[in-house]
Amino acid sequence: MPSTRFRLNGVETSIDADPDRSLLDVLRGPLGVTGPHFGCGAGECGACNVMIDGRAVSSCDTPLWSVADKDVTTVEGLGDAERPHPLQRAFIAEQALQCGYCVPGILISAAALLKQNPSPSSAEVKQALDRNLCRCGSQTRMVRAVLRAASEMAAG
Amino acid sequence: MNVPQPKLPVSLAANPRLSSWLKFSADGQVSVSPGKVEIGQGIVTALAQIAADELDVDIARVRMVRASTTASPNEGVTSGSLSIQQSGRALRHACAEVRQLFLAAASERLGVETGALAVDDGTISGPGNVRTSYWELADEVSLDRDASPDVTPKPIPQRALAGNSVQRLDIPDKVFARPRFIHDAALPGMLHGRVLRPELSGATLSGLSEGGARAVAGFVAIARDGSFAGVVCETENAAEMALKALRKGATWSGGETLPDESDMAAFLKSRPVESTIIDKRQAPSPTAKSRTVKRQYTRPYIAHASIAPSCAIAQWDADKVRVWTHSQGVYLLRADLALVLRLPVENITVEHMEGAGCYGHNAADDVALDAVLLARAAEGRPVRVQWSREGEMSHAPFGAAMAIEIEADLDANNEIVDWRHTIWSNGHAARPGRAAKPALLAATEISNPFPRTISTNPPQANGGGGDRNSVPLYDFPSWTIESHRLLTMPVRTSALRTLGGQGNVFAIESLLDEIAAERGEDPVAFRLRHLKDERAKDVIRTVARRANWKPAKRPGIGYGIGFGRYKNTGAYCAAIAEIEGEEGIRVRKLTLAVDVGEAINPDGVINQIEGGAIQATSWVLKERVRFDRQRITSTSWSEYPILRFSEVPDVEVELIQRPEIDPVGAGEAAHGPVTAAIANATFDALGVRVRNLPITRDTLIAAMDLGS
Repeated sequence: MPSTRFRLNGVETSIDADPDRSLLDVLRGPLGVTGPHFGCGAGECGACNVMIDGRAVSSCDTPLWSVADKDVTTVEGLGDAERPHPLQRAFIAEQALQCGYCVPGILISAAALLKQNPSPSSAEVKQALDRNLCRCGSQTRMVRAVLRAASEMAAG
Repeated sequence: MNVPQPKLPVSLAANPRLSSWLKFSADGQVSVSPGKVEIGQGIVTALAQIAADELDVDIARVRMVRASTTASPNEGVTSGSLSIQQSGRALRHACAEVRQLFLAAASERLGVETGALAVDDGTISGPGNVRTSYWELADEVSLDRDASPDVTPKPIPQRALAGNSVQRLDIPDKVFARPRFIHDAALPGMLHGRVLRPELSGATLSGLSEGGARAVAGFVAIARDGSFAGVVCETENAAEMALKALRKGATWSGGETLPDESDMAAFLKSRPVESTIIDKRQAPSPTAKSRTVKRQYTRPYIAHASIAPSCAIAQWDADKVRVWTHSQGVYLLRADLALVLRLPVENITVEHMEGAGCYGHNAADDVALDAVLLARAAEGRPVRVQWSREGEMSHAPFGAAMAIEIEADLDANNEIVDWRHTIWSNGHAARPGRAAKPALLAATEISNPFPRTISTNPPQANGGGGDRNSVPLYDFPSWTIESHRLLTMPVRTSALRTLGGQGNVFAIESLLDEIAAERGEDPVAFRLRHLKDERAKDVIRTVARRANWKPAKRPGIGYGIGFGRYKNTGAYCAAIAEIEGEEGIRVRKLTLAVDVGEAINPDGVINQIEGGAIQATSWVLKERVRFDRQRITSTSWSEYPILRFSEVPDVEVELIQRPEIDPVGAGEAAHGPVTAAIANATFDALGVRVRNLPITRDTLIAAMDLGS
């Protein structure tokens, strides 16, 4: 089995797997990274979004070979309870979810946005999250949380 | 004189043993075991607040235990916006009694009257600096006793946590991606299963060539029982590949004809039905009618469309099976599993783990049976089964399509003198565990299959089903409400948020709006004039004030109002929609006022109302299950679109707090009022009444053609 190397949440990673397998399947399966969620398997809901070289991409329809030598960040790589990403803090502060299944993908899309545009407008946040689906109807809170994180980051 | 006996809350009467609700441990924690489950609605946090309040402990000491048939109280199903009413009241009462038991034990130990004792974060102290605690006394005080009715929970002003927006206990796990969902659970030795299902509705499996699946690396077993077939593999990837191979090798035959989706009303009104008069009111002195307005409203089948495909894990040990599930009712699922497996319920353990939001009866229970059947082929190893997106969108039950006809008799002054509301719909509930036959999908596929459970409607006393919210809250002099439940069910239906409530409120509020407009009367004033209930009037007045009703007319912009009291016994909610319309509709803003009585967690209530409002907007503007005569065709997000971030309206919610009134749930209060508000705003903007949901460019054009 060929081996694919990439950086996963900042850590050099090598995985022996069929390079045509989806990145999501490899993350959740052999690598045991369960933050990215399976929602549709067709790149239509964003629950599996990860950042690849700074861009939010659905991992369910991204083949493993395509991330060779690249930087892959999942929600686990954003932060944890001890060192939360401002977005994670803001999602807690705004209680910006109901069931939360879509949240890992939404946090990634938002983090990618803030990298490129540190002070987005509300419309720009909505645009950046437009490929992420949330069925519980928590979108208005999520937009608020992203704007809150942006201003927190701007304030340093 | 007969003094009425105090009564236990219903859930506590059904599960009186105090130890089934609460357990103290010496390390300073209290475990609280509700029978209701977290489905993203925040219930676990609200229940923890109630318990902490009543016990006088810090909420950080409360450990909420997930429901399981091994020990949890049996509270049926987590549905119908009843968890705060049922579990909340039971816990409040149980905790109040437990606190008294500990005070009595402390009194004995410390030699101090109970009246002189105080509890602070579990520490019980009295005069002279004597003290003990729940934790010290944990082994001494037995909770293996039944609750007694004559216990009075704390008076409202002494509650420290209820009424506060405590942060939800489950949210940190979810933003830090700590495994909490069943989808992310991994058991030692766990295998992965997938089930083969036909695209053609109701087709049977007549042939299966297994070679391709068996050749997949990591293949473990094929399970086959009649038309039920599935694969078990070492990895999820292998299971997907084996399923693909199995699908290639499958031959299907038969199938059933689906209705013509282009004329659902005709279909619904032409089937054999069971008819029920839901309510009748007769005017003492009828006024002569001068004319009758007759309108028909429809709503399509609506998918639950959870973001997560349903998932379950099962593991056999000889003739005992353990199941992990995101079902809304662990005991009810167990009952149905027992029927299918022909095993005593004692052989089956069902444990809850969180899933994504389900919004009603989706495939959560179905996939649990799938896992149980596949795990039989796994020689004692646990098997995790997850449905596909396509499966979730085609094989899970849908919210039932409805046709609603209202005839309003008007007198010479255009006042309503009689009101006749008639519903045609499949039943809105076919949940497991409630009948002599199982309601689980695979039960209809195995050899010696059980018949498909035809959906029924809960009785009016429980809020009704297709007839939910069909009895007007308005004070019309006379009415007849009739419900026709279909006795055949070509498209599988079961509980979706509000059951028939969304359709009925849409119909009632649309026609009221139309009559008010014809009278030239303001729709808010018209509603207030027909309501007697002050809480109802309050939410309407509040929302009108908050939305500056009625803003000045602007081209292309419309405003509309809708009101309902969920189930006519639950939360009051009024909504005002601001929409922008031309060829299609965009909802710019929703303003809502809501009264749930005492709001245990105000932000939790607001979150539920916001979510309900946005979900309802999605239903109204976009959602409709599509099918041809043989199969469901809306099996992906592109074929079943839901509202996206760029389409989501601003939502403002005003909560009317009534701490003195017992709390009710909030999860289903917004859907009906928001639906009606958007439809009425559409008329305000474009002068056209859309009576067939969803309101899309096509239905707008059709309604315009009809109106011209």
